[in-house]
Amino acid sequence: MSIQAMAADAAPAGEPLVRFSRVQKSYDGQSLVVKDLNLDIARGEFLTLLGPSGSGKTTSLMMLAGFEAPTSGRITLQGREITALPPYKRGIGMVFQNYALFPHMTVFDNVAYPLRARKMAEPEIAQRVTAALDMVKLGPFGARMPAQLSGGQQQRVALARALVFEPELILLDEPLGALDKQLRERMQYELKQIHERLGVTMVYVTHDQEEALTMSDRIAVFDQGRIQQLAPPEELYESPANAFVAGFIGENNTLEGEVVASAPHAVTVRLAPDIAVTATAIDPLAVGDQAVLCLRPERISLAPGAAENAFTLEVERLVYLGEATRVVFSLGGQELIAKGDPMKVPVSIARGASVTVGWRTADCRAFRKE
Amino acid sequence: MTAMASASPRSVSVAVENPGLAAQVSASERKHLIKMLALLAPSVIFTALFFVLPLALFMFRSVDNPEIQTYLPRTAEVMQSWSGQGEPDEAAFAAIAADLNAIRGQPSLGLIGRRLNYALPGARGLLTKTARRLPIAEGASAKDALIAIDKQWADPALWGVLHQQSGRLTDFYLLTALDLHKSPEGELRRVAPEQRIFIDLYGRTLSVSLTVTALCLLIGFPVAAVMARAGKRAASWMLMLVLVPFWTSLLVRSTAWVILLQNEGLVNKALMALGIISSPLPLVFNRAGVIIAMVHVLLPYAILPIYSVMKGVSGNHLRAAASLGASPLRVFRTVYLPLTLPGVAAGGTLVFVLSVGFYVTPALVGGPGDQMIGYFIAYFTNSAVNWGLASALGAFLLIVVAAIYLALGKLVGFNRLRVR
Repeated sequence: MSIQAMAADAAPAGEPLVRFSRVQKSYDGQSLVVKDLNLDIARGEFLTLLGPSGSGKTTSLMMLAGFEAPTSGRITLQGREITALPPYKRGIGMVFQNYALFPHMTVFDNVAYPLRARKMAEPEIAQRVTAALDMVKLGPFGARMPAQLSGGQQQRVALARALVFEPELILLDEPLGALDKQLRERMQYELKQIHERLGVTMVYVTHDQEEALTMSDRIAVFDQGRIQQLAPPEELYESPANAFVAGFIGENNTLEGEVVASAPHAVTVRLAPDIAVTATAIDPLAVGDQAVLCLRPERISLAPGAAENAFTLEVERLVYLGEATRVVFSLGGQELIAKGDPMKVPVSIARGASVTVGWRTADCRAFRKE
Repeated sequence: MTAMASASPRSVSVAVENPGLAAQVSASERKHLIKMLALLAPSVIFTALFFVLPLALFMFRSVDNPEIQTYLPRTAEVMQSWSGQGEPDEAAFAAIAADLNAIRGQPSLGLIGRRLNYALPGARGLLTKTARRLPIAEGASAKDALIAIDKQWADPALWGVLHQQSGRLTDFYLLTALDLHKSPEGELRRVAPEQRIFIDLYGRTLSVSLTVTALCLLIGFPVAAVMARAGKRAASWMLMLVLVPFWTSLLVRSTAWVILLQNEGLVNKALMALGIISSPLPLVFNRAGVIIAMVHVLLPYAILPIYSVMKGVSGNHLRAAASLGASPLRVFRTVYLPLTLPGVAAGGTLVFVLSVGFYVTPALVGGPGDQMIGYFIAYFTNSAVNWGLASALGAFLLIVVAAIYLALGKLVGFNRLRVR
């Protein structure tokens, strides 16, 4: 049954397009690669599964595509259980790492493949393939073989092939991983445009947090088989739910210490005998607990007269990044990195200089040390 | 080539700036070329000396015809100018009488006798008998004298053969290898039905080879597919098992098949013990035995190239096809098979070419009606010492194999026949 046919008896609005319920996956019968995954994917959203390699993100995608069977749990697509449905009956478009274009077929035949598998009439196939190739700006390339195309062009063919049969759901498994940085950024933009234009649901797997932040409606951060946080990019960046997310998304200072005072939302953490900072408690923390503090480098003020948590520290190193300058300090034996606009970093800041740094308690988040 | 062509416009503009540069580049390229040729030289020289040259010489033997010109020089000369029709004149009789007299009692007489015997059975006896009664009396007619020795000297067929075979080169062996002969009038005719063996032989060789190739591919393809998708450990174990037959000599394995397949052999005993058959199946000294033994011997040659190509087929291609809505059968037909075809073609070609030349296994396991062309080439080389015919059979074998290779190349594409 095709997606279109299923859409006719679609579930009521508000029902998620995809639902993972209590899905587990183990390859060896001992350790779980995916632990108790519960995830709803809304119709039309761009959801990114982000995480380091081995975090379970790709396995989750493969279970959705049907190439891996969950060890337990259920996956539903439009309210219909697909846990045991073979991949070719799911009607989900997929773009693979390294594109997986059929090397023995022309670009046209590659894009026509899903339509021929659906026994569509040749005139309609020609029309649809042409439209799909035009959409990815490869109109004149139909007669070429995949090997004659550049990486970016192959990527577009793979996208056209996954879109041409109008699936409601497209899975993308690190599709831009093999492209160079500039091309990758352009393809991110094009992909996002196609997503907005067609309104298809896209589930995107990547380990590149920048890519995830720029493209996604929501990001699910995976680590050790679990979703650590599922939130829109801003929320993920501004209010990470735990130290892993804070460390994985964007640059981050991680400071460890012991809780010496605890108020309902703020804690005081001692990093060294003479250094204590106040932070916003995310996990409930009691006096005596070991805590991890997360602090974005760009939230550290290098200007004198900072309100809270002010310390005068010696500059250990300066790293010029072009768009910013990184200033490295040592705070109670732990590395503290501040980041500033090079135009605004005071000229007085040089290696060995003493600088007063400070940050707001709200910008410093305290978690329980695992 | 393309790179060089596209680079040339640039090098022209450079040459204007720096006229010495082009010379430097070509000098360094020449050095590189010489180095490469030096590295290739040993293999080229070895191949030329010990493969190309002997092959060419042996091929030449299929048309080479030195005997009559060497041992019967006068006769050869007369025969060359004679029309070949009817009975020759006195000069011809005189020439052969003189030639035979000259080699009387020498080994040459035996050699020329054997050579003429190929074309005309009984010729050897005639020459020996005639030579014994030579020389003829002074002044007498050579023609009358020879006919008096044996009436066969009056037979136009004998002189027809002498005429046809008197040239330096002959088509006799090539024609014989195609079950053809030339009538005294020079017409091509098929030999008598009971003497037609070679056309059947090619047919038998090809049909056995094709059957063996088809079976090897049918059995080998799934094995290779499983090996290519198995884990590292399992794959290396399977690879070792596939290679085990290579550790034993072909002769030993073929002999073992005789023991296994005979009426009282392991296979028949086992089948009877299991109650599958009630009387022994004839499995050896017949076509079935030949095919079983040959498939066993050649299976690794089919599996290895297919496996090596399959290893390169990315699982993502198959997954992509499935995600695009293709059923497993469709994925196999439209993606897996086309991508593994180069391996199948390479494995098939290898098995076919090897089995066409098979000799030991059919000789041991086959019956008299199952001998392939290799057996006859060996027979004519070693036992009958008819090297001309052996070479002619070899030449046709080479032509058939080359034709099949070319046809396959056209069909699949030569670049895909390589084992990757």
